[in-house]
Amino acid sequence: MATLPEAGSVGLVETQSVRLFTESDPLHLAAGQTLGPVDVAYETYGTLSPAADNAVFICHALTGDAHAAGFHEGSSRPGWWDNLIGPGKVLDTRRLFVVSANLLGGCQGTTGPSSVDPATGRPYGLDFPLLRMHDFVTVHRRLVERLGIRRLLAVVGGSLGGMQALEWALKHPADMANTVMIAASSRLTAMNIAFSAVARRAIMTDPDFHGGQYAAAGVSPRIGLAIARMMAHITYMSEEALTEKFGRQPSGRDAPLGFGVDFAIESYLEHQGSTFLERFDALSYLYLTRVMDYFDPFADVDACAAARTAAHLRFLVMSFESDWRFSIDHSRRIVRHLEQERLRVSSREIGSTWGHDSFLLDLPEYHQTLRAFMERAIEEGI
Amino acid sequence: MRADLDLIANFVPHGSRVLDLGCGSGALMRYLSEERGCTGTGVEIDGTLVRQAIRSGVPVLQLDVDNGLDSFADTSYDVVVLSRTIQTILRPERVLQDMARIGTTCIVSVPNFGLWRNRMRLLRGHVPMSKDLPYRWYESPNLRFTTLMDLERLFATVGLRVEERVVITERGRRLRAASPLYNLIGSMGVYLMRPEEC
Repeated sequence: MATLPEAGSVGLVETQSVRLFTESDPLHLAAGQTLGPVDVAYETYGTLSPAADNAVFICHALTGDAHAAGFHEGSSRPGWWDNLIGPGKVLDTRRLFVVSANLLGGCQGTTGPSSVDPATGRPYGLDFPLLRMHDFVTVHRRLVERLGIRRLLAVVGGSLGGMQALEWALKHPADMANTVMIAASSRLTAMNIAFSAVARRAIMTDPDFHGGQYAAAGVSPRIGLAIARMMAHITYMSEEALTEKFGRQPSGRDAPLGFGVDFAIESYLEHQGSTFLERFDALSYLYLTRVMDYFDPFADVDACAAARTAAHLRFLVMSFESDWRFSIDHSRRIVRHLEQERLRVSSREIGSTWGHDSFLLDLPEYHQTLRAFMERAIEEGI
Repeated sequence: MRADLDLIANFVPHGSRVLDLGCGSGALMRYLSEERGCTGTGVEIDGTLVRQAIRSGVPVLQLDVDNGLDSFADTSYDVVVLSRTIQTILRPERVLQDMARIGTTCIVSVPNFGLWRNRMRLLRGHVPMSKDLPYRWYESPNLRFTTLMDLERLFATVGLRVEERVVITERGRRLRAASPLYNLIGSMGVYLMRPEEC
């Protein structure tokens, strides 16, 4: 194999914020309500070409955010997809203009259920409208327009991000030349919904939930949200990965054996739960998981009608063998629907023991495949 | 392009929608797309080859031909190609049935195990090897060896009617269509077939 070019970091980055909808020009949601104002947090890496034809939009997963690459001032932790985005990397910022934005309903700078409702002056809480996948797309489309991008070279998303990419491609195929869905799903199974149901129940039965108005009470449902995260995190791994990483190692804590944290895996989950509290909001968790539950684009028999007219559009669907959150069958279902609609779709099933989280890792087969697809995409243009 | 791919390409009408089973790095699909205005999909199980096909712009699905063809709808392709792949699959009968279901035309190319040189090697006590069967028995990806004659019987069994047969020798010379020696001196056969009316 040819040696890859020296890959680097995009360096210091800052999250930007832009108001895309206002009270007088509100966002019209798929379910009929309106919402305004709507602010969106986003980051960009690389430079938009004069022809505005080199932009790639990144769609993040359930608990992701706009900070996909590079470093924030004072932080040593890079963005969540830093192994993919940067000069010389798979999404090569010397050639591409990469945009990453926080989702509507999120809690990392984009308007969500914990934002202040201008009608009441307090956080929306459970008065925030239920969202649909298409609402994410509507908001991000306006950001793309605002940034002066003519047509996206690609929309790339993992997990929930892949679901957003699918919705975007099916409803607005003219917006993009390529769509990449990684470890995604076109329809959650009963088991997927079951896990989210338990997570939501943990949050909503926490005494500090206060019917969603916990901020007004100066608290948050920390126990419930931590439990939700701990359980979800198990589903992002695989038995093999957990065995390799932790096995039956003791936690190393100097406490008497009992019902505390005796094993390393318990310590890890506890850490995952508590660090999650610092960066994520319980209401966003409720709203975003519900969007995933409802998503079922191919239930509409004419789901691909628009995409069929987009002769330029290409799809890449990638999945991982040990992923049991969204197993390979989820990706095959997407492929089957697209192929039967005669759309140009490629698929790749990557051998990996790391479960659903594989899409965040620097796995050579995975990254090389995406690199091959992107190189072709750059050659073809928009 | 491989000699049999050239022959196959000549069987594919301009503008066809093609499904290429065992498409490798997508050479045939790329040729058909660029030179014949064809569209379609490749199917390949090997990840590295899938990546190469993706790089060259061929839509390709990573699937096992033995298990993954259920998802293709009936008569959804004009042409289904199986080039030098039938010897590597576990259930050729089922795959041929799927091809007949999916395509209105089917093209199969196959190395001929009945080639005289193979027969001679077997007579001398050795597992056949040749230009078209270059592997030693213990490292061969080939699971099912067939002569052209036996393959034609299987075509008939699954309801594929042979419309045209091209047999070429080891040196790439094309035999007369009616050559009685085709199963002895043919190194490779390419078949153009249509599913029989049900």
